[in-house]
Amino acid sequence: MTTVYIFKTAVSGLRAHKSRSALTILGIVIGITAIMLVMSLGEGAQNLILGQVRSIGPKIIAVVPGRQPKGPTDIFSIFANSLKQKDLEALQKKSNVPHANKIMPVVFGSESLAFGSETYRATIFGVTELFAQIYDMYPAEGRIFSEDEVKSYADVVIIGSKIKDELFGNDNPLDKKIKIKGRNFKVIGVLPQKGQFSFLNFDEVAVIPYTTAQQYVFGIKHFHRIAIEADEEKNVPQTVEDIKNTLRDSHGITDPEKDDFFIETQTEAMQTVSSITNILTAFLTGIAAISLLVGGVGIMNIMLVSVTERTREIGLRKAVGATEKNILTQFLLEAIILTVIGGIIGIVLGALLSFISSLILSNVLALNWTFTFPVQAALLGLGVATFVGLVFGLYPARQASMKSPIEALRYE
Amino acid sequence: MALIEVKNLEKTYIDGTETPALRGVSFSIKKGEFVAIMGPSGSGKSTLLHILGFLDKQTSGEYRFDGKTIDDYSKEEVARVRNKKMGFVFQAFNLLTRISVLENVKLPLLYSGIKESQWDDLAKKALDSVGLSHRLYYQPSQLSGGEQQRVAIARALVNNPEVIFADEPTGNLDSKSGQMVMTILQKLNEEKGHTIVLITHETYTAEHAQRIIRLLDGKIESDTLVNNRRKADHFVK
Repeated sequence: MTTVYIFKTAVSGLRAHKSRSALTILGIVIGITAIMLVMSLGEGAQNLILGQVRSIGPKIIAVVPGRQPKGPTDIFSIFANSLKQKDLEALQKKSNVPHANKIMPVVFGSESLAFGSETYRATIFGVTELFAQIYDMYPAEGRIFSEDEVKSYADVVIIGSKIKDELFGNDNPLDKKIKIKGRNFKVIGVLPQKGQFSFLNFDEVAVIPYTTAQQYVFGIKHFHRIAIEADEEKNVPQTVEDIKNTLRDSHGITDPEKDDFFIETQTEAMQTVSSITNILTAFLTGIAAISLLVGGVGIMNIMLVSVTERTREIGLRKAVGATEKNILTQFLLEAIILTVIGGIIGIVLGALLSFISSLILSNVLALNWTFTFPVQAALLGLGVATFVGLVFGLYPARQASMKSPIEALRYE
Repeated sequence: MALIEVKNLEKTYIDGTETPALRGVSFSIKKGEFVAIMGPSGSGKSTLLHILGFLDKQTSGEYRFDGKTIDDYSKEEVARVRNKKMGFVFQAFNLLTRISVLENVKLPLLYSGIKESQWDDLAKKALDSVGLSHRLYYQPSQLSGGEQQRVAIARALVNNPEVIFADEPTGNLDSKSGQMVMTILQKLNEEKGHTIVLITHETYTAEHAQRIIRLLDGKIESDTLVNNRRKADHFVK
């Protein structure tokens, strides 16, 4: 019997019960669709977050105050004010951290901005003149503040595009004064529209000198972060070690377990993000796989019914010369065709749904979400569908192949 | 040499109690013979046909088909013998309802090893010899009972078998259709030389054969040649 004919025979067997076949594959369709959707969205989420992490730049190292969170109670609780001016000065010494190219303290917080009767609550981002280079974020209009302005606690501000729209509309904001915590800040620049960038949305940020921010806006003496750019990417690990040693020295810490700061690098953040999204995707895929199992049992059930219904057909085929293998192949192929068709429909449906999701995410939620057809998931889905057909089709097919022809022909 | 050789054939069904169906049956059938096996229901004639058709195994005794017993073959080879050398016609036709007449007749060819390109020709030829060339693409349900049985005969002879086993082929048919089926069987026997083993409980039908073996309670009651053999009218083209 030729392969093509085996195939035709199996297909005609299924076409005899179109609606039943369609309902049978529903479980497989749902399972594969779910797997496709989860894997596609998982990949999209990972790309999105990784893209944001990557946008920080591979040479940027962030020193964060406090103990690295090891449990929910640790977060933001211990030594949150451990980074001080003397740490900044220690890090700035070339002999301590030789590969540090740029060092910039960062303070941030949420405050209201006011211009005339308009107010807008934004993130105040206190940095130095280096921020433009470090974040590759140059004003679209106006200028950055200078080193002198940082040193002299100048009341100058560079505003994000959204703040400009909210406070000034179509008017030119440059040289206008906006009020933050009762102080008048001169607008010297407007940032380009960038959307979400790393941990910040620069469209909703007001950038001011960190000195002014510490003294007049937040009233603090510590930093929320120190950003350090290494001279070369390959020197990042060495620089991380140098920073740790310098800060331990500065804080009088001998036991690394008692560090009151921690270091974030892009590599590390990417690893963390990848492992979290991978675990999440695997978990959700596992849940989706349960529906495949249910679908497979459904296939087995229907195939068993089909075998019983077609007992006479099986008997006849055997009488005219079909071997057990012929019958086994026929019924197994029917099961596999069912699941593969289900798989293909599931792949198309899953791709379609994840495409629609990506449209919603990028247009409605304004995320920088890219749709990629998850080829891996599609191949996996097809493989799993075939496997389900094979596993759950085998038992009914064996039942069919072992039927005695006379019993089968006598069957009414 | 005899095509079919049966010696002391016994068959007992064990289904809680032992039910003897055949109790020592011996006969032989030569190539080209047309033999009717007769008997009332329960006489063991269907059991005998199943054993002759390698669809079942005897409990004891010996059955040789073309010189070999079923035990000389593997399961695969038995299927092959059934496919190549035997054709079956059943009382209930046993056509597959969802495929065309032509596809039904092609069924034995699927398992024959014959090239697919020849299947259509062979099936059409077989249908032509039972006078159904005009019904190739009909569904079996669109045909009369007599026509359906002729399709089944075409299916039985599409692989040009040595022997055709017909199990009450006229049992579900009106007399006119039954007559036509017998005509075809006689023609196949006389013109093509097919050996035919016919099972029936009707004397009238049995008398179309050359020889009648009568079974009663699992034993041969008589084995006689037919003197005034009935010739069915050859009104089939």
